[in-house]
Amino acid sequence: MENQIIEPSGLRPMGTRKNSKVVDQTVVEIVSDSGEGAQKCGQSLGSISAKMGNGVWTVEIIPAEIQPPARSREGASGIRVRIGSKKVTNMGNHANLVVALNEQVLYGRLAQDAYKEGTVLLIENKWANHELEHIRNQYAEAITEFKAQGLDVREIPMETECLKLVRDAQKGKNMWVLGMLCGIYGRDMERAEEQVRGIFRKKSEKIISSNLELLSAGYDWALNNLEFNYEIPAMKLDVDQVVMNGNEAMSFGTMAAGIELCSMYPITPATSVSHHLAENFEKVGGIVHQAEDEIAAIGFAIGASYAGKTALTVTSGPGLALKTEFIGLAVMAEIPLVIINVQRGGPSTGLPTKVEQSDMLAAIYGETGDAPKIVFAAATIEECFHFVILARKLAETFRTPVMLLSDTNLATGVQPFPRPKINSEWFASPIDQSAWKEGVGAFQWSAETGISKRPIPGQKGGMYTLTGLAHDEKSRVAYDPDINQRSAEHRSRKMAAFQQTLKRPAINGDAEGDLLLVGWGSTLGAIEEAVAKAQEEGLKVSSIHLRFLLPLEPGLKDIFSRFKKVVTVELNYSDKVGDPMITSENRRYSQLAWYLRAHTLTDVDCFSNVFGQPMSPAKVLQFIQNEVKK
Amino acid sequence: MFGLKPDLCSVPMPETHYGVDDYAKSTARWCPGCGGHSILSSVQKICKEKQYVPEKTVFVSGIGCSSRFPHYMGTYGFHGLHGRAFPVASGIKFRRPDLNVFVITGDGDCCSIGAGHWVHAVRYNMKMVVLLFDNSIYGLTKKQTSPTSAIGTVSNTHPKGSVLPPINPIQTTLGISNASFVAQTTDWNPAHMYATIRKAADHPGFAFVRIVQRCPIFMKDLYADKAADPDSVILLSHENGINLDPAIAKTFKRVIEHDPSDIHKAREYAELRDGIPVGLFYQNTENPCYDDYGAHNLGMTVAEKTQALEELLDKYMN
Ligand SMILES: Cc1ncc(C[n+]2csc(CCOP(=O)(O)OP(=O)(O)O)c2C)c(N)n1
Ligand SMILES: [Mg+2]
Repeated sequence: MENQIIEPSGLRPMGTRKNSKVVDQTVVEIVSDSGEGAQKCGQSLGSISAKMGNGVWTVEIIPAEIQPPARSREGASGIRVRIGSKKVTNMGNHANLVVALNEQVLYGRLAQDAYKEGTVLLIENKWANHELEHIRNQYAEAITEFKAQGLDVREIPMETECLKLVRDAQKGKNMWVLGMLCGIYGRDMERAEEQVRGIFRKKSEKIISSNLELLSAGYDWALNNLEFNYEIPAMKLDVDQVVMNGNEAMSFGTMAAGIELCSMYPITPATSVSHHLAENFEKVGGIVHQAEDEIAAIGFAIGASYAGKTALTVTSGPGLALKTEFIGLAVMAEIPLVIINVQRGGPSTGLPTKVEQSDMLAAIYGETGDAPKIVFAAATIEECFHFVILARKLAETFRTPVMLLSDTNLATGVQPFPRPKINSEWFASPIDQSAWKEGVGAFQWSAETGISKRPIPGQKGGMYTLTGLAHDEKSRVAYDPDINQRSAEHRSRKMAAFQQTLKRPAINGDAEGDLLLVGWGSTLGAIEEAVAKAQEEGLKVSSIHLRFLLPLEPGLKDIFSRFKKVVTVELNYSDKVGDPMITSENRRYSQLAWYLRAHTLTDVDCFSNVFGQPMSPAKVLQFIQNEVKK
Repeated sequence: MFGLKPDLCSVPMPETHYGVDDYAKSTARWCPGCGGHSILSSVQKICKEKQYVPEKTVFVSGIGCSSRFPHYMGTYGFHGLHGRAFPVASGIKFRRPDLNVFVITGDGDCCSIGAGHWVHAVRYNMKMVVLLFDNSIYGLTKKQTSPTSAIGTVSNTHPKGSVLPPINPIQTTLGISNASFVAQTTDWNPAHMYATIRKAADHPGFAFVRIVQRCPIFMKDLYADKAADPDSVILLSHENGINLDPAIAKTFKRVIEHDPSDIHKAREYAELRDGIPVGLFYQNTENPCYDDYGAHNLGMTVAEKTQALEELLDKYMN
């Protein structure tokens, strides 16, 4: 049913902004029960801000269930939005302000250390007069507790205000809250209106105007009733920007790479790549195939790749596990293929909606036998776009599967980045159907690079039978063990040949010092923000951030040798010496640390955890401070 | 817009005439007496008759004795993973409608490890010929019970005899929605086998042929008397069924008139126990084919793609 306006007022925002305080960044959270639209509200705030030229980073707060019981502590659903004057690269530390639609959902966030003393809490006050006594009591207790914890609590009549405009406040309260936040942070109301029209573009004009009314009312209410409001000055944008999350960027990257097939099986948090593709892919000559399982998904992609159309398969942890046998085949038979793994918490079903970087070693070493393939990781949302294009190129150049890693933080985080200018060279070239050169084998490995050219069905004279059995240059089943040794050498040599083209990683900070942090993937922003703060404090700390994991970028041992201590920062598990049973001998290191220790023979240490939360700059800074003092 | 459509891969019809030798490669390494040999010659003969362009033809298989088949063909081949021939073949066909695709699979490959893919491949109904080499045993791994082994089959995993009734591959396939061609033949009647595969090759969808196959090493006795006894097979005959030379048809002692458009009768005959029914159980050329969907937007130019992408990016603009 349409949520009709009771008293259409037709007013645009009226309130005047007085005594605004200028801040250079702020962190806002909106938390609610599932289905109350908190994410839509926060994403809209992020979009409006990005369009104004502010830096933005969003992090979704997602419960494990679709509709967990209302008012439950574990059921918090919502979003964090960090808005800055400059580019924002991570989720920041404690929130400055949180909007809560009930008091219970806030407990979970408090336990996760999301707030600090002085964080402003704008809480729906309808619970104070709820018909059920125990709910009234819960609310009262919570308010007392939040105040005791130092939150600056403001009880807001959200429901009452919405009911002045609509019959059902549950629908539309999020737009009122969006208006209120626009008022507090001086957001451009024309952009806000555009945003709301966009959200409801498929709905009737009545619904659109009803939501615009709520937006205006929230804005006015903030200016008339709150004694604070802020300005977050924006940058002058000299380049066009696009705003999207990492999964959308990967979908765009897929299309811009000229990939024609995404073969997948649904799994969080990877699925939304295929949702975006399903909506748009066919307009650029591509198709999404939803297979019967992950094994079939990669098999189907491999079939298309073998037939000349390098395909994409996209998945997350459990799905990657199922694909391993086929990845081994793609390595063995040198089939180009792009595999995107959007990492979530593991092992097993793990934390489906939370961030982790625990698949690095599985990505590199997950197959049986020696199965080298290119593995690299995006560190920003912009890289999510460009790296898919690169992945297809590398897959075809080196005739190999390429695994591109992302994670929940990148997948759902929204950030503006310079609008890519579509380049025709990014697209796959038409498949070669010319006659195959006589006498050349299907695996005529170059002794120098290990690279060979592959025949594509349709090429006259190129007929061969691809096989996962050990095979010689002509793809004949090898009965001679020398061939296995030789073909393994060539497959490995391709990785070395590619490594020779890579540059040393850039050092963020001085090339020598007391501490070098080494990161990979989505933690880039948090690490660099922490390192910048530490450098301001005079600490001799630098960082590098790896993109390529197999092969590794060159020069690492040399870079490491100029620092007193080298520590990886990662979102995967490591033991801590001093915990029960843990000694320096049996201690298990985090994944990159383990790998770099083996690779560089350097005593690389690690700072890692699996709380399922993105890395915060404050935690990294605290670690740096402790470490350098030691 | 009307420029060159590079990925349609339209190669002009060849003037070359291909002989059987053009479809052969190395000598088959199956055991003497293996049913595979006669299937291979039938298939090569059909390729010749259909004048399939060898470079436009792909044989896809899983793993097993039977799955070695592509190595013996002079076409392109894909000898992949145990149980996974269907997804690979479907992926090949999806964006390459110009290729002739065959799937070669064994009873373990198709009906056990690959059973999930089998169900879905039938439902996709993409144009390909599927030959299930059903020897009722795991050959390559040396005599383990297969899902089609008769109850009581003595094998290395069931030395006292297997304990479960077998899967009926014909009945199973008939039970999957969108099944469009289901036929059965035996390796010891080359004329019937040839005619059956030939009919499958003409079918505009997923043509599933179960070939009852002898394994002279591990299942020596299973079909020994049947192959010699004309009463052991029951011919499903119809004008829309398998085209048999009347002289060959006459050699069948037991014949049932069966209209292959009748799926209920097909299911009834799939249950015949007192003989091996051979012929076309079911055919329907009207079912939707997933490869039509796969090919519907082939051939866009880079300029068209670029323009469409720029328009999409506009929607994400600041
Ligand atoms: C994942 C996997 N599991 C097991 C095997 C071992 N294996 C190879 S062939 C085969 C069974 C073959 O039986 P069937 O499919 O009936 O083919 P046949 O050899 O009888 O033609 C098995 C179990 C394998 N190659 N891969
Ligand atoms: Mg078998």
